[in-house]
Amino acid sequence: MSLIKLCNVTTQHCLKNVNLEIDAGELVVVLGFTGAGKSTLLNVIAGLTEYQGEVYFKRKNMNNVPTEKRDIGYLLQDIYLFPHLNTFENIAFGLRAGGWRKTQITAKVEEIMELMHIAHLRKRYPKDLSGGEKQRIGLARSLVRQPQILLLDEPLSSLDPATAKDIRRELKELHKSLNLTMLYVTHDFVEAQELADRIVVLVEGELKQTGSAQEVFSRPSEEIRDFILAYGLG
Amino acid sequence: MKRRPKVNALSFIPIGVFLLAWEILGHYSQTPLFPPLSKVVVQFFNLLENGTLLKSLGASFTRVFIGYTLGCLAGIFIGALMGVSRAVEYSLRPLISILFPIPTLGWLPLLMLWIGINEALPVVLIFICAFFPVAYNTLTGIKEVKKEYIKTARTLGASSWYIFWHVILPMASPNIFTGLRLEAGMVWRTVIAAEMFAIPTGIGALLINGETLIRVDIIMVCLVVLSLMCFFFEQVFLWLENKATGSWRERCL
Repeated sequence: MSLIKLCNVTTQHCLKNVNLEIDAGELVVVLGFTGAGKSTLLNVIAGLTEYQGEVYFKRKNMNNVPTEKRDIGYLLQDIYLFPHLNTFENIAFGLRAGGWRKTQITAKVEEIMELMHIAHLRKRYPKDLSGGEKQRIGLARSLVRQPQILLLDEPLSSLDPATAKDIRRELKELHKSLNLTMLYVTHDFVEAQELADRIVVLVEGELKQTGSAQEVFSRPSEEIRDFILAYGLG
Repeated sequence: MKRRPKVNALSFIPIGVFLLAWEILGHYSQTPLFPPLSKVVVQFFNLLENGTLLKSLGASFTRVFIGYTLGCLAGIFIGALMGVSRAVEYSLRPLISILFPIPTLGWLPLLMLWIGINEALPVVLIFICAFFPVAYNTLTGIKEVKKEYIKTARTLGASSWYIFWHVILPMASPNIFTGLRLEAGMVWRTVIAAEMFAIPTGIGALLINGETLIRVDIIMVCLVVLSLMCFFFEQVFLWLENKATGSWRERCL
């Protein structure tokens, strides 16, 4: 049974009749160029934008469920750690908002900080953190609530290649160890190849191709082929 | 983090020169219109001893405190309401835009006729003085919180109410504090003017009495006290501001 199912999703400016199913524990990469509607697709799943069509989480129709009740993690490109909260409090934010007990919060946050190797940053504020550290904290903040699905919107595009590679590796490990379902949006072919269980190609708001990295790159759709011919594989 | 310019020996040289020049010029001018520093200091202690100074300061302080507190609370409340609700913002903004530019003292003649000469007059005046800028700064502060932070908070499961208290308000607080701090000095200027024109008690009234009696030393005592009060009020808010937000952003100087 699929965890997430989109049926005929259309938005005013971007998406046209998108149908997509994501299985539990799957890491799906949405590959597309700027303006293809990748972020919009995530916003639809998160309930942050208006859309027509149906969105199901485990067969439950989510159309009338507001964002805060959808049980998702969403990592935006610029992370947006709350500047007035230190690392610990940033990670604890979702738990406090959800009314968890203090002892539980402390235990949960400490656990995830260990897992992400950021325990030493506990008292730092975002202004004193590097890009890579912010990414890890942002990730921890989304994961600590154990969401059904983690949505990632080009989270590594502003990092230097080495740090980005490190975090990609960690993401992949987390995906395996926590059996995490992820929908990862990018325009970067290398990233897509390295991460994906499955790639879906989004072109001008339409899903053009879906398959494993190997399938997509060995038998690329017309648009992908043109792009690779023009720019190479990154 | 920016380095805080230190107050060091250099800062005291101009002050020393100024005080010394005052004393010498006052001493040799031989006119009651320009008393030397020493005479002003003596007068300061005289006024302190006979209770005039504390009584006047107490009267002004009470007015400032009440008017300023009420004005700030109302300003933050209305500003926050406008910040979170489009409907409130659109309905109130034109009115506030019309009233905001009126200099506070411009209200004085009108209020004198409406309220009369009593304790409510300076309090209302100070309320007006504090309300508009604080409301405006609160609104601006809230508007400047990027939508992405609110989006992020929602994806983390936070309700609108929780987001307002734990994301929007704290992130707007630097702007709100700026409004509070600027007005903390401004309300003193306003209360003095009101007392000079209309209210027979307080530091402003003491100033005007000094003028009537041609007692320049009293006038100078009042001016020094005023300068100190404005400075003190602003410093208190600067301190509060750094206390509240200094850990997560650059300190204010």
